[in-house]
Amino acid sequence: MATVTTPKKSVAVNPLKQSQPLGAALAFLGLKGTMPLFHGSQGCTAFAKVMLVRHFREAIPLSTTAMTEVATVLGGEDNVEQAVLTLVEKSKPEIIGLCTTGLTETRGEDMDGILKNVRKRHPELHDLPIVFVSTPDFKGALQDGFAGAVTSMMQTLPIAGETRPNQVNILVSPAFTPGDVQEIKDIVEAFGLDPIIVPDLSASIDGHLADTPSAVTSGGTTLAELREIGSSVYTLAFGESMRAAAQVLDDRFSIPFEVFPSLTGLDAVDEFLQGLSDLSGVPVPAKFRHQRQQLQDAMLDTHFFFGRKEVALAMEPDLLWAMVQFLRSMGCTIHTAVTTTKSPLLEQLPIAAVTIGDLEDFAQQSVGADLLITNSNGAAISRQLHIPLYRMGFPIFDRLGNGQRCTVGYRGTVQLLFEIGNIFLERDEEKAHAQVHGWRTQKGDGKVVMGDG
Amino acid sequence: MKLTQGKINELLSESACEHNHKKGEKKNKSCTQVAQPGAAQGGCAFDGAMIAMVPITDAAHLVHGPIACAGNSWGSRGSLSSGPMLYKMGFTTDMNENDVIFGGEKRLYKAIQEVAQRYSPAAIFVYLTCVSALIGDDLDAVCKKASEKAGIPVIPVNSPGFVGSKNLGNRISGESLLDYVVGSREPEYTTPYDINLIGEYNIAGEMWGVLPIFEKLGIRVLAKITGDARYDEVCTAHRAKLNVMICSKALINMGRKMEEKYGIPYIEESFYGVDDMNRCLRNIAAKLGCPQLQARVEQVIAEETEKLNVELQPYRDRLTGKRVVLNTGGVKSWSIISAAKDLGIEVCATSTKKSTEEDKAKIKELLGKDGVTLEKGNAQELLSVIAKTKADMLIAGGRNQYTALKARIPFLDINQERHHPYAGYVGMVEMARELDEALHSPIWAQVRKPAPWDTQVPVLVAED
Repeated sequence: MATVTTPKKSVAVNPLKQSQPLGAALAFLGLKGTMPLFHGSQGCTAFAKVMLVRHFREAIPLSTTAMTEVATVLGGEDNVEQAVLTLVEKSKPEIIGLCTTGLTETRGEDMDGILKNVRKRHPELHDLPIVFVSTPDFKGALQDGFAGAVTSMMQTLPIAGETRPNQVNILVSPAFTPGDVQEIKDIVEAFGLDPIIVPDLSASIDGHLADTPSAVTSGGTTLAELREIGSSVYTLAFGESMRAAAQVLDDRFSIPFEVFPSLTGLDAVDEFLQGLSDLSGVPVPAKFRHQRQQLQDAMLDTHFFFGRKEVALAMEPDLLWAMVQFLRSMGCTIHTAVTTTKSPLLEQLPIAAVTIGDLEDFAQQSVGADLLITNSNGAAISRQLHIPLYRMGFPIFDRLGNGQRCTVGYRGTVQLLFEIGNIFLERDEEKAHAQVHGWRTQKGDGKVVMGDG
Repeated sequence: MKLTQGKINELLSESACEHNHKKGEKKNKSCTQVAQPGAAQGGCAFDGAMIAMVPITDAAHLVHGPIACAGNSWGSRGSLSSGPMLYKMGFTTDMNENDVIFGGEKRLYKAIQEVAQRYSPAAIFVYLTCVSALIGDDLDAVCKKASEKAGIPVIPVNSPGFVGSKNLGNRISGESLLDYVVGSREPEYTTPYDINLIGEYNIAGEMWGVLPIFEKLGIRVLAKITGDARYDEVCTAHRAKLNVMICSKALINMGRKMEEKYGIPYIEESFYGVDDMNRCLRNIAAKLGCPQLQARVEQVIAEETEKLNVELQPYRDRLTGKRVVLNTGGVKSWSIISAAKDLGIEVCATSTKKSTEEDKAKIKELLGKDGVTLEKGNAQELLSVIAKTKADMLIAGGRNQYTALKARIPFLDINQERHHPYAGYVGMVEMARELDEALHSPIWAQVRKPAPWDTQVPVLVAED
C-alpha cells in the first residue's frame, strides 16, 4: 500500500501535468463531427491545440470564445453565443464540446444559465448537442478533464431504447492511445460483440489520410451511436478514471459494468478475454490463444533483462497503475513513482510511495534507477542522470507514430516487452563490459579504461 | 509597470507602428482588432510576452497562474542557447483553488524565493496571467519585495492573456524591459560600432548564421533582444549606437522609446533573402556613418553573393518556375517573396492580413499583376486559392501544416515553431534545400494515387 505525498513547495518546476480542458478536448476529439470549444482567453485554446498537434501530428479542431478583459468583467454570455453561431456557420459541427477554463471558472460563469439563454434565443440550435463540462485549470489534470468530459457525454447524449443483446459500451481513459483503442475494438469484435467505443480516438486522431479535409473531427463515435448507448447490455470501462462515467450508465439505464484498470500484461489480458468470453458465450478465438503463447515466449526471452531492474515512472494515475503492475509482473522494482493528480488507485499501488508532483521531484527521486518512463520532457533528465528514457504518456513530441502505437492486449504487451527489453539489453551489455574491463585494469570502478568495450 | 487600460491603449496604438498610421475608414486595424469568438486563432498576450522574453537564457521565467499557462507550453519554444539552459525550464506557481479564493501573493512570494535559492538565476521574470490578474494579485509589489529579499532582479511582466493578442504581449514584455532592465547596468566598454538586435529570437539557431557576418565587419552586437541573450547584456542595451529591429513590429515600442530616452536611432530590417540581407547591412553601415565600414560591407556583400550564387545554382535549376502560395504575417509576407524570387520561385498568392500599408505596397510590387492577395488566410481560403492558382506548395506557419498535408500539398514551415534556420546568407541555402526536398519528394505521386481497386478518383482539394 502506497503512501501518497505532495511536496511542500510553492513552485512547480518542469510540470508533469497538463490542464483539465486539454484532457476534455482530447476526449471530445474521439467523437465524430465534433468541435471542442474552450470558454476562455484565446491563449487557452492555442496552447492546448499546439500540444495536441505536436503529439499526434494531426490537424486538431479546437476553438475559443476569445474572452477579453471587458468580457471577463461583464460576463461571457455573448462570447459563448457568438462562438457557437460562428462555428455552426463555418464548420457545421454535429456536436460541440464546451469546456470552461481557469479564467471563466474564477469569474464564476453560470454556464447552465448561459446555455439556456442561448438556446432560447436560437431555436435553430435545437438539434445541436452542446456537451458542457466544467474544467477549471486550477484543479486536477488532463485525466480528470478527460474523465469529466466522458461523464458529461454519458449524462446527456444516450437515450433509453430496446436492449440489443450483442451491443456493449466501451469507455476508454486517456491512458490508452488511438492504437490501443483499435486493438481493444478488434478484440471485442472477435467475440461477435458490437462495441460502441467512447471516445473512439482510433477513428479520429489515429493518423489516417481522409479523402477530403475537414474542419471538425473526421471520425470517431457518431452521434447516432452515442444515442444508442442506452440499449447496450454491458459496459466495459478501461482505466479507473472511467468508473464514474460507467456508473452514470448504470444509474440511468441499469447497464451493469466492469472496470479494467489495465490491459497490459498476461494477467490483465487473460482476465479481459475471459470476461469477453463469459459475456458473449463465445470461446476465446484461436488467434488469441496463439498470441498468448507468443506473449509467454516473449516473457521467457525478455525476463533476463527485466529481472531486478529498478524503474522510475512519472505519468498520470491510470497509466501509472498499468505500468506498475506490468513491470512488477516481469520482475522489476518500482524505484520512483510520480503522478499528476489524485486517484483512488494511488493508495492501492503495491509500492512504498507515490508523489503527486512535477519533473523536478522526479529528477531528484530517480537517481540510481535503471530506466525512466515518462513523457518527452523526461529527455533532459535522462541526459542529466545518464539513465535511458522510454517515452510514455503525454506529450511525446520527439518520437513519430504516437497515434498508432499499441501496448495493450497480448500483441501490444509483446511489443512493449521488446521495446523496453531492447533498452535494457543494450545497457546491460555496456555495464557488463565496463565491469569486466574494470577487473582487467584492476580499477574496479566500473569505468572502461581501454577503448574497445 | 501597472497595466492600466490607458497603457494598453498606448501599446495598441503605438505611434511608430505603421498599422496605426492610416486614419479614418481605411485604417488598418490589425493592432487594435479584437479576437472573434469561434473564429480566433493564435495565442494570447501572455503567449506573446513569453515568446519575447524566454530567449533570455540565464533568467528563470516564472508563470503566476494555474497549470494551463505554463503546463501546456513550457519548453516548447524553438529559440536556442549557446550556454545556459535555465530558460528551457518551466516554473509556475500552479495556482490551486485555495489560491484563487484567498489570493496567490503569498505563494508567488515563496515561489520566487525558492527559484532564486535552488536555481541561482541571473534574474527572474514573473508573468501575470488571466486568473492571477482577475483575483487582483499585486504583481509589482510582490516582485519588489521578493527582489529585495532574494538579492536579484525580479521583473514583473503584466501579461494576462485576456488583454489581447500575442502582438500586444510582445509589446507588454518590451515595456518591462524598458522599465526594469535596459539601462540598469553599464557595459564594460563601448565601441562606435555597437548595435542591438531587437525582435530576433534565435529560432532554430538562425541568428548564429548572421552574427559571424557582423563580426567580420567589425560591428559589435551589444545586446540581443532577446535571442540567446544573457540578462546582463540586455541591461547594457542603452549604450548602443543603433537599434536594428528585425523582421517584426513586435517590439517596435522599444525602438521608439529608446530613441526618445537614450537618443538611439532605430531601423527596421529583415534577415530573410539576399536582397533584404544586403539592404540590412548597407543600412546599418550608413546609419553608423562610417565610410570604411560601408566599403567593408560592399566587399562582404560581393563575397557572400558570389559564394551564394555558386551554392544556390543547383537548387535554382530545380526550383525555377515552381509556384507557391504564401501565408504569413507582416514583414515576412514580402521579405519571403523576395527570397523566393531569388530562387526563381513564383509567389502566386500571399496574405496581407497582418501587413501594414507599406508592406502591402511592397507586396503588390513584388507579386506583379497576376498575384492574389489573401485577406482571411483560413484553411478553406488557402485550399481554394492553391487549387485556383495551380500552386505547387504552401509556405506558411506551423498552424497550416496539416491544412496543406491533408490536402496532399507540399508544405514549408516559416514561423517560429520551425526547426530549420533560414536567416542570412547561409540560411538561404538551407531554405533552398528544404524547398527542394519538400517539392521533389517521391511521396507526392504515391499519396495522390487512388487504390487500384477504386475506379473513382478521390477529390484531392476541397472546393469552396
